[in-house]
Amino acid sequence: MRKLALTLFAVPFLALLFALPAGAVTPDEILDDPVLEQRARDISAGLRCLVCQNQSIDDSDAELAKDLRVLVRQRLVVGDSDNEVIGYIVSRYGEFVLLKPRLSSKTIVLWAMPVILLAVGFGYVLLGSRRRRTSASATVLSVEEQSDIKKILGSREGDQL
Amino acid sequence: MIVELGHYALIMALATALLQSVLPIIGARTRDAGLMGVAPAAAIASFVLILFAFVALTVSYVTSDFSVKNVWENSHSMMPMIYKFSGVWGNHEGSMMLWLLILVFFSALVAFFGGNLPATLKSNVLAVQAWITSAFLTFVLLTSNPFQRLSPAPLEGRDLNPILQDIGLAIHPPMLYLGYVGFSICFSFAVAALIDGRIDAAWARWVRPWTLAAWTALTAGIAMGSYWAYYELGWGGWWFWDPVENASFMPWLAGTALLHSALVMEKREALKIWTILLAIMTFSLSLLGTFLVRSGVLTSVHAFATDPTRGIFILCILVAFIGGAFTLFALRAQTLSPGGLFAPISREGALVLNNLFLTTATATVLVGTLYPLVLEAITGAKISVGPPFFNLTFGPLMIPLLLAVPFGPLLAWKRGDLWAVTQRLYMAAGAALLVSLAVIYFATGAPVMAGLGIGLGVWLIAGSLTDIAMRSGVGKVALPIMWRRFKGLPRSAFGGALAHMGLGVSVIGIVAVTAFATENVVTMKPGETTVGGPFTLQFEGLKPNTGPNYTELQGRFIILRDGQPVSHLTAAKRVFTARQMPTTEAGIYTNGANQLYVALGDELPGGGVVVRVWWKPWVTFIWFGAIFMSLGGIVSLFDRRLRIGAPAKSRAPAVAVGQET
Repeated sequence: MRKLALTLFAVPFLALLFALPAGAVTPDEILDDPVLEQRARDISAGLRCLVCQNQSIDDSDAELAKDLRVLVRQRLVVGDSDNEVIGYIVSRYGEFVLLKPRLSSKTIVLWAMPVILLAVGFGYVLLGSRRRRTSASATVLSVEEQSDIKKILGSREGDQL
Repeated sequence: MIVELGHYALIMALATALLQSVLPIIGARTRDAGLMGVAPAAAIASFVLILFAFVALTVSYVTSDFSVKNVWENSHSMMPMIYKFSGVWGNHEGSMMLWLLILVFFSALVAFFGGNLPATLKSNVLAVQAWITSAFLTFVLLTSNPFQRLSPAPLEGRDLNPILQDIGLAIHPPMLYLGYVGFSICFSFAVAALIDGRIDAAWARWVRPWTLAAWTALTAGIAMGSYWAYYELGWGGWWFWDPVENASFMPWLAGTALLHSALVMEKREALKIWTILLAIMTFSLSLLGTFLVRSGVLTSVHAFATDPTRGIFILCILVAFIGGAFTLFALRAQTLSPGGLFAPISREGALVLNNLFLTTATATVLVGTLYPLVLEAITGAKISVGPPFFNLTFGPLMIPLLLAVPFGPLLAWKRGDLWAVTQRLYMAAGAALLVSLAVIYFATGAPVMAGLGIGLGVWLIAGSLTDIAMRSGVGKVALPIMWRRFKGLPRSAFGGALAHMGLGVSVIGIVAVTAFATENVVTMKPGETTVGGPFTLQFEGLKPNTGPNYTELQGRFIILRDGQPVSHLTAAKRVFTARQMPTTEAGIYTNGANQLYVALGDELPGGGVVVRVWWKPWVTFIWFGAIFMSLGGIVSLFDRRLRIGAPAKSRAPAVAVGQET
């Protein structure tokens, strides 16, 4: 795997160029209880394969990913809840293992960004349209201005504009 | 010899580009027609020179000239010709050459077709293009020279990465770069307008075809890449939210926003400053993508071991161009006069909403992609931001946007009547609701969300059909008049409707495959069967096979339906001889819009083999939708108004011709 990852990669945007081929879960890992197995799959999809990067352990053929998958299943069989399993893995491998980072002081900006941006955008657009409306109404001339214009236009009537 | 000439041509191109960077700007300032005339000539010369260099590199690939280091590293004499050819850009140096070639190709197009542009604008645009060309030419010549020789020349090459030995390599990067780099034209137009300090609806009309062309290519390129990854990687995923994918997706999102805001600017002269900003942002994101991918800064699966000089070089280019453009923008934006007024409920208002959501989505992807990097740099803490994050943030941002899409084209400019539009859309809404309910009712175990998601896709498709129907006057005028109106609709109306329809088609595919795909991982021995959707798969056995530069183990399967054989498929595990690298060739059986996807796993000691079978209902809709979107772009490009260019000329071509002579 390491050797693969160090190979010069070529085309820029093809996804996962260095992914090892084929899906990961092998028949011998699969639990007999389909409900438990589905939970294991869902949990695995959210855990990062630490040696292959940007691949979940559910997608990876790496040895470590397999170990983690087996570990997840062992915990589930013992009776852990999903959160307990994830907590256990994080306690051993750190927050880095989570593909969906937990909300904390470090990730608050990340999670809040879409909401903030949308709110700021809406605010700006609304303010802008109000400002534009007021500036549009400002172009309505006052009585004095209108009489001024009449005077000017009247004095120029012969000019043939 | 031709290799040295190619290298020489690159150096000449740099000299030409430098001239083109300076002289036309001075010419535009001093109204010197001679200096301005340098721009188109230099642009075409640069194109010819870089094309020559590119051909030189291609020749050494095709003839397997391993005395060229780049060819030795990435090619093999036994490789099929098509991969020798596409292998040219299957590596860092070569793909930068392709990048450059497409950049100067676009400059040459402006030089060639830009006859109707004001002379100063054209000169400035080409000068800005030349700045970009010079920067990247310098980068290639100093850090990524593809013409470096080896002595003594090795007898055999090290082969192209096996995953790249695919027809996808011949299509995906050129398409993607056409889009990616095509946005440079929008950038150059924006910067040129800022230098000029003048911008009007005509500017938007000139920029729109370029935006459209780039967007069309990028859409097709991303879709192609997605399908390639889907069938090549062997686990059936079609989008991974990988940083490198995000790098191409961000310009697409921003470019989509630009396409829409340029529409407002062209028709109503509103949103000028915003459109300029978007044009700058879109290409900045392309540059950022180039940096992220080329420097290997991301801890992505694409990370490639490279010396940091390249990364720092591109970073400097990035900072200079983005920083420079934004500074210019900050200095000059105030001098641009704001445009037309509009009520919040209007076509303009709808397009502003579109821009709001698209830019927020772009920013979300950007922040998600860069956050781990920045956080680690600042605090040292390592976190991962993966698919679950993007699905949770990007998804909800798209839903209101997609719901609003059918309203946009039906609203009137300046001041629209939302209620009247809603009434016109009742059929579309009815169809969407009906389909949603049907899915929820008939598909056993279907989550309610899946029904609603597919309904959303139907809403988009029916909405675009409604748009065309309303414009043709369905239900209001007699049939012959309707037909005449339908035929008389501008191509851009069809293009827009087609693109929106494609969006709906993609949504249906995405929702269906997310909700209804089934996976089956089993150990199979010859003769055994397993299930994939409505089909039964019978394993025939493994058979060794030898290709031109690989050996493989083929797994043969018979596909049965109701006990009757309907087809067969072959999945394989390949080992490429030169690099001893294994790959998986998935076996795919397409049935209507659905696919049966089979990948081979490991052989087990007992004689069985691990087989993964996916049933992917409606999966092809994902890419068909993208094809529709691209087609929409192409149809729009052929709109008469865009071909003619300047608005004044379309009204009185005779006068315009008279003025030119």
